[in-house]
Amino acid sequence: MSGDLLLKVELRSDPGMLCVVRAAMERLTEAFGFTEPECRSVTRAVDEALTNIMRHSYAGQTDRPIEVLCQRVPKRRNTGDGFEVLLSDRGPAVDPAKLQGRRLDEIKPGGLGLHFIRQSMDVVEFKRERGSNLLRLIKYLQSGKQD
Amino acid sequence: MRGEKALQISARRIETTTIFDITGDIDLANSPEIRKALLKEIKESKTPRVVMNLVKVRYIDSSGVASLVEGLKASRDAGTRFILFGLSPAAREVLQLSRLLKIFEVHDTEEQALA
Repeated sequence: MSGDLLLKVELRSDPGMLCVVRAAMERLTEAFGFTEPECRSVTRAVDEALTNIMRHSYAGQTDRPIEVLCQRVPKRRNTGDGFEVLLSDRGPAVDPAKLQGRRLDEIKPGGLGLHFIRQSMDVVEFKRERGSNLLRLIKYLQSGKQD
Repeated sequence: MRGEKALQISARRIETTTIFDITGDIDLANSPEIRKALLKEIKESKTPRVVMNLVKVRYIDSSGVASLVEGLKASRDAGTRFILFGLSPAAREVLQLSRLLKIFEVHDTEEQALA
């Protein structure tokens, strides 16, 4: 870990837990200093990331482990501090080619989750490490805005 | 944890229109319920106009958007109307992000949706 720990949650891959994590993220992002739309963005990104893990990494199994870790990370040039979320699961390795999201010029259901994540966050990185899929998301406070 | 924030779906019939009143967040845990109710009304009951009351829906995820898109496509195939009203900021944002806000028929109030 390279930042200051804000929250660490271990949960099972049960969709019934999504509302619990959303409630925690709403409060935490508000306390971090984000505006209301920014709080919704981060909450949406984490919710969609968890949904992807439950649907794709664990193929609908509801008893598999997921870890969510939130921490404050140093600011970049022209930003305030960053709110970093690290999500890890123990599912099979994900094909990076499938992490691009689909084009939006066709009206069809599905494939929107990744698009929402990329639109909502400043940094979206994926890697495979020691048998786990790791997704790293960061959203930065606007410059000069600290809690 | 299941059921603590269970989605509630109820249906009202006004002449040739069915209005679904939805309460709760729409996410992976319950979007199949929405999809099932919508497709039954559009494909099986062949209702000429189906209206989704989303005033009490605070959050919609991508699976919920997908269910709405399926409803829209089914209504287009059937030659009927599919209308949304009462979008929360979060619901409006996901439709904007997916470039679907202009694809759906969206109104602010029930009165406008039924006009």
